[in-house]
Amino acid sequence: MPRLTARNRKSESSNHKKSEGRSLPKAPTGIQGLDEVTNGGFPRGRPTLICGSAGAGKSLLAMEFIVAGATEYGEPGVFIAFEETAAELTQNVRSLGFDLDRLAEEKKLIVDFVRIERSEIDETGDYDLEGLFIRIGAAIDAIGAKRVALDTIENLFAGLQNQGILRAELRRLFRWLKDKGVTAVITAERGEGALTRHGLEEYVSDCVILLDHRVTDQVSTRRLRVVKYRGTAHGTNEYPFLIDEGGFSVLPITSLGLLHQVSDERVSSGVPRLDTMLGGEGYHRGSTILVSGTAGTGKTSLAAHMVDAACRRGERCVYFSFEESPQQLIRNMRSIGLNLEQWTKKGLLQFHSSRATIYGLEMHLATMHKVVREYEPSVVVLDPVGSLIQAGSQRDAHVMMVRLIDFLKHGGVTAFLTNLTNANESLERTDIEISSIVDTWLFVRDIELNGERNRALYVLKSRGTAHSNQLREFLLTDHGVDLLEVYVGPEGVLTGSSRLSQEAREKAAALARKQELERIDRDRTRKREALEVRITALRKEFEFEEQDAETMSAEVEKREELVAEDRKAMARSRKADTGDGFAVSKRNKK
Amino acid sequence: MKKSGKPAAEKPLSLEEIAKTKTESDVWELRLYTAGQTPRSLSAFANLKKICEEHLQGRYNIEVVDLVKHPQLAAGDQIVAIPTLVRKLPQPLRKIVGDLRDTERALVGLQLRPASGK
Repeated sequence: MPRLTARNRKSESSNHKKSEGRSLPKAPTGIQGLDEVTNGGFPRGRPTLICGSAGAGKSLLAMEFIVAGATEYGEPGVFIAFEETAAELTQNVRSLGFDLDRLAEEKKLIVDFVRIERSEIDETGDYDLEGLFIRIGAAIDAIGAKRVALDTIENLFAGLQNQGILRAELRRLFRWLKDKGVTAVITAERGEGALTRHGLEEYVSDCVILLDHRVTDQVSTRRLRVVKYRGTAHGTNEYPFLIDEGGFSVLPITSLGLLHQVSDERVSSGVPRLDTMLGGEGYHRGSTILVSGTAGTGKTSLAAHMVDAACRRGERCVYFSFEESPQQLIRNMRSIGLNLEQWTKKGLLQFHSSRATIYGLEMHLATMHKVVREYEPSVVVLDPVGSLIQAGSQRDAHVMMVRLIDFLKHGGVTAFLTNLTNANESLERTDIEISSIVDTWLFVRDIELNGERNRALYVLKSRGTAHSNQLREFLLTDHGVDLLEVYVGPEGVLTGSSRLSQEAREKAAALARKQELERIDRDRTRKREALEVRITALRKEFEFEEQDAETMSAEVEKREELVAEDRKAMARSRKADTGDGFAVSKRNKK
Repeated sequence: MKKSGKPAAEKPLSLEEIAKTKTESDVWELRLYTAGQTPRSLSAFANLKKICEEHLQGRYNIEVVDLVKHPQLAAGDQIVAIPTLVRKLPQPLRKIVGDLRDTERALVGLQLRPASGK
């Protein structure tokens, strides 16, 4: 799915250019998604306030901003830490792949730890924070820093008592940072009923970002919101974000609209007969396919076929499973003759198994978003989507699915969703209410007949493709899914052994017809043979008769000759003179 | 800029000497951090001088550090506010922030007078 990232990047950069030209210059954060939400990053040369409760990821965001500046954008940075020592910070972010020591050696980064111990400080009379200014100034000048992070400057309020002085000095500090032309990030703790505990939002009014770490139903979700961004357009929604081994990533998924490109290309479902049912060519690439059905009807097997077919074409697939572990899936699919393990080994297939309840919907969405972006698959399977309801309300799950489908469509990814329908409910609906937004809807159901339970598949809808309106019997064999014609008789659809007996009957009838034909054929041959024998016999008889006749005529002649001879001899003996000529002419005539 | 108090000639004590003479008669090592010759810095120095003369006559050292000239020194004593007076000796380290206008509070801060003021 390289199209996705390419397009996003392009639009991002064009947005960026536009905003630079028209309004505020921006300092990119290098954090995926955040630059999209803020249309290019934090306001350059101005302070940005990041607030959030403890553990919301404020320090990490500030650190990533500084490190990204130092490593990617050629903007050295100063990190003033009020809470952790430089050594602790270095250690904390090493797991994210940030080598602060090396950056410090390369003069791209300075981490300065400012410790204020209230117990050893007394206050008498007037003072200012010139000492802090000097420290920051010295650090900025030492490496020509363009970015400064103050994490968490509110610690000053804990160390120093005179609020009046502190407030005045902070105001002066932010002004001073602006004058210095550095892009500053200030983190602050979330306060009761206010953005920050000490009202820092009063001083930092250019850009305020709120990080939230919410726990609903024992499930935690991280969200980010741009509360305020003076002088520029920005996304106003709450965006889920992730903190993982890759650091911070924000997922502006709701920003996608219905403007995705569509493809005329078709991809095989992996089941030849199913392709035939779908106009002979399978699904549209980039479409969303939903297969729903009751328990044990082979939904996962259909998904596995699709994955197998895609991998055979050399395309990458991601399989999100909410019920089965990868090993279990591989084993189960082996039983129907699909070797999925070969694709995981070749790196064409990734399994992501997690219980739906392991984290919130936003996190699921965020994780999938991230996996899809990083791995760029052409096929994504979600099995089953209905279980996501367990991670939130039905409405939330629906909204999330719409967002996910939009995102996948935007990237031209073919999505295959399975949904378990409850046998007691109306079958042609989904718990998660996504049937209206999918492009192809396959339905696998049970047919109970003659004490048997058999599977049947039909295409409920398939946008933009001709498709069969027939029910097909759906068989799981040791060489995969097989679709068979079903028999429609007076009692309805025949499947399973009813179909088999019907098949047997038809076979018997066909055999009888064939035997009859053969018999007629044989009769004819025999008759012909008999006739021919008789013809031959007659011909022989005739030949005999002919021969007889000839022999007889020869004998007659011979006799005549003999008679003639005799007559001659007799004439000679009688001394006749005319009988000779007569005898000769008679012989010549013969 | 290094201004010194009256008994500037007196050398800082070695560790052994400090250990030996851990009494009221110890020499006090004081360091005043300023940022340029601001009126506040000057008044802080004057106030400090006055206090020392009254309470520590003959047994104190004042070192004035101008962070404008030596910004790198701010990190060592974790200086944020200006002016800050740091009592290096006797231990423990104490910091007094401000221009020392309030003598009573300064005395408490320097532990020259108990906090209750009795």
